[in-house]
Amino acid sequence: MSQTLIEKPPGNLAVVNAPAPVTGERKGLTKKEVAADHPTWCPGCGDFSVLALYFKLIEKRKMLHEKITTIAGIGCSSRFPYFVQAHGAHYIHGRALPFASGISLSRPDLHVFVFGGDGDAFSIGGNHFTHTARKNIKLTYCVMDNWVYGLTKKQTSPTSPLGFKSKTDQWGAVDYPINPMKQAISAGATFVARTTSTNPNHVLQMMEAAMDHDGFSFIECLSECVEFYEGAFDASNPRKGGVFNEVPKTHDVTDELAAYKLAGEAFPGSFGIFYKVNKPTKNAKEAEINKSFQSKVTGLKDWQILQKNFDRMK
Amino acid sequence: MSDTITGAASSGDAKKISSISEVVIRIAGNSQDGIQAIGGFLARLAGRSEQEVMTFMTIPATISGGASIFQVRMGSGEVLSSGDEADVLLAFYQHSYENHVTSLKKGGIVMYDSDHVEPKEEWKKDYHHLGIPISGLTVEAIGGTAKDKGKNIFALGLIAKMFDLNVPKLEKLIGERFTGKDPSILNNALAAFHAGHANPLGNVLETFKFVDAQKKDGNQVVMNGNEALGYGLIAAGVRFGAGYPITPWTDIMELLRRELPKYGGTFIQTEDEIAAISMAIGGSYAGRVAVTGSSGPGISLKTEALGWAVMAEMPLVIVDVQRGGPSTGMPTNIEQSDLNIAVNGGHGDSPRVVIAPANVEDCFYMAIEAVNIARKYSVPVIILTDQGIATRIEAFVEPNLEKVCQDISPDFTPVADHKPYDLSKPDGITTHLAPGTKINSGKYPIATGLEHDELGHPTGSPKLHMQMTAKRRKKLQALGNSLPVPKIYGPPEGNVLLVGWGSTEGPIKEAVDRARAAGDSVSSVHIRHINPLPPGLENIFSGFNHVLVVEMNDEGLYGFGQLGAILRARYCDPKIQGINKTDGLTWKVKEILERAKTNMSAGLRKL
Repeated sequence: MSQTLIEKPPGNLAVVNAPAPVTGERKGLTKKEVAADHPTWCPGCGDFSVLALYFKLIEKRKMLHEKITTIAGIGCSSRFPYFVQAHGAHYIHGRALPFASGISLSRPDLHVFVFGGDGDAFSIGGNHFTHTARKNIKLTYCVMDNWVYGLTKKQTSPTSPLGFKSKTDQWGAVDYPINPMKQAISAGATFVARTTSTNPNHVLQMMEAAMDHDGFSFIECLSECVEFYEGAFDASNPRKGGVFNEVPKTHDVTDELAAYKLAGEAFPGSFGIFYKVNKPTKNAKEAEINKSFQSKVTGLKDWQILQKNFDRMK
Repeated sequence: MSDTITGAASSGDAKKISSISEVVIRIAGNSQDGIQAIGGFLARLAGRSEQEVMTFMTIPATISGGASIFQVRMGSGEVLSSGDEADVLLAFYQHSYENHVTSLKKGGIVMYDSDHVEPKEEWKKDYHHLGIPISGLTVEAIGGTAKDKGKNIFALGLIAKMFDLNVPKLEKLIGERFTGKDPSILNNALAAFHAGHANPLGNVLETFKFVDAQKKDGNQVVMNGNEALGYGLIAAGVRFGAGYPITPWTDIMELLRRELPKYGGTFIQTEDEIAAISMAIGGSYAGRVAVTGSSGPGISLKTEALGWAVMAEMPLVIVDVQRGGPSTGMPTNIEQSDLNIAVNGGHGDSPRVVIAPANVEDCFYMAIEAVNIARKYSVPVIILTDQGIATRIEAFVEPNLEKVCQDISPDFTPVADHKPYDLSKPDGITTHLAPGTKINSGKYPIATGLEHDELGHPTGSPKLHMQMTAKRRKKLQALGNSLPVPKIYGPPEGNVLLVGWGSTEGPIKEAVDRARAAGDSVSSVHIRHINPLPPGLENIFSGFNHVLVVEMNDEGLYGFGQLGAILRARYCDPKIQGINKTDGLTWKVKEILERAKTNMSAGLRKL
């Protein structure tokens, strides 16, 4: 119980004491060391690019195998953890965020990354998205949005645009789609960014900024499903005749209304950080609570603290 | 109240003093009258006087108001249940009087607030009536604008007088209860208490004195089942959990939220039940067994995630404080109808551990046992308690906390290689490494809900699915073999064996005592490990002509309650029959005995 915490951001919670720091500098991992199973995605899937950039992020930031936790729910993109050579979990549909919150809230020494798709994030897991954002739990959530259910082979997703012909809306989608950026901003997310898998440098830039943010960081990454929604994002890809507009340099990332306006732009819209503010995380707030309670029991062993309660129940 | 022995009359008082070994007091009023507080004071006093105590209460499901009772049974000998009939009824209102006077034994005393209750002639011959203007006298004693607030403490004074309770100890308890508040509140409470205690008790002809209690080993602590369970989890080393409010689980969640920060831990209130179990599983995955819990409907919501914990073989403790179901059902009533969902709830073959504490003390120790089973076997463990045990107050010998408390911090020592789902492991027991642990081979496992190979990577191999399914089963069979054989209460051979589980232990044991005293051949056995079952039950059953499973749930389509059906399936023994009820109230001892007799006289009709 006397181990020192490493990489512990000030005021973060440590329910489980972290392992002792590794002595001596270790080299960053190579792509070979961090790649695990060969991805099961269809050739041409946008998710390959996101995975490659995650490897690059790990390499560039010299993260250690044992310090990375990759968590996902269910969906094509959620197979992610199997492809990463590090600790990780493949959880149930829609619930990756609370699972990852459990890790984040007890282990400030770990980088917690959650990957998922639009169905996972905005349909079955919609409630968790809202509450993880509002609680500002420190973790990075990258949603690979392809506007369609791919794993179950082409049903309407919560982000499918009106008129999209799927197997569950053969005449075209009739339900108004969710706008993930608006959803994130209004839920109280403290870091909200948008990128697309066809612009690798931009994806990496957003991942780095998200990772460095002390709070809940959300990235919507457009990632084309070549099998069931081919060409969905062509309008955002210059190589396909589209335009890739970065968030204007004049945009104030702390201006919630301006961010909301950006989120309302017609497709392809803008890419970059829409919103970023610093607010105390739940991790830090819980750590504060613990600090104040623990200051009253300084020097006592756990059983002695419990003994005080029992003495009052005699 | 038994064994009335005439004692010497005290000076200047013509009342007879009778020596008693135990008493059952029922206090009836409305939920905002603070009647639980009187009960709490009496229970705590009993604990401090080395007496045994057990309480029972009903609370309305409404937010404020509504009829409520609190029953305390305290005594110098062993107290097993909260008592079938009351010796004394304290009634604050006409409805309290009318609804509860028949819960008194014939010749019992009904003490009523004559400011609110108009006694009825027809009951006067059966019960001794004592009218005291409790509301008026309380106002008189406290004065000012308090109205009749404090009449519960006045009534406590009356009870203290009637039973010659230890006044300094009660004053101290009142003091502890009101510390930190405006000093005038404590002064008013003490004024009300003394006024009650000074009351001459009108036409009551006798007062009572407890015979000395047997000396207990060590101090006693007094708490309810939810408190015992919450503190047990802390003693077990649990430092993280998540939950969503639902009656009657909420008390445990509030306790953990309040207490864990002192230990550097935390308890999170989540957006829903599914998030709660998911966050707890995440906490377990992070290296230290975590807890979630709920009551009936919330457990239903958690079952998909529970299936993941079974598949990924993740340790976890899930508390289910049962209430009347299905659906919203009877949220503040007692039922043991979640056994099926605890044992079988979920899709696929998903073996998990289910244990059920038998009393308040057991809640403390079984919480620790649950954590240790979860860790050792890498498996979710469900603790089944119920509304009865959750709110029941009992006194028990204080645990040796220095010995009992344990540190379950994860071990981060780097390893050469690691396969969590190693098929060659004895008994198929999985071990996980917490994230943060370096694996020198560079091969990291994944915790997963997909069928997987030994490293946790997905597989569609029929052979692996068969092997892994068997592995998840075998470890629980190994646990089952290691469990202690349950102890029989009463002789190991005879005519009738009563089988119980959970909060019914006390009334069942008392039924055995009463039946044996009447010359009937009855024993009982209480099953605390529900899934897997402990070894040796078939031998125990073979010593009896009839095996009657006493449960607070429905007899089911085929005539067996939820545990009864499992025992029938497991032992194929036609002697096994059920005694079931669904009235939402604890078993009365005489109910059990009458139902057992009916069952006998009907013969083995369900053969």
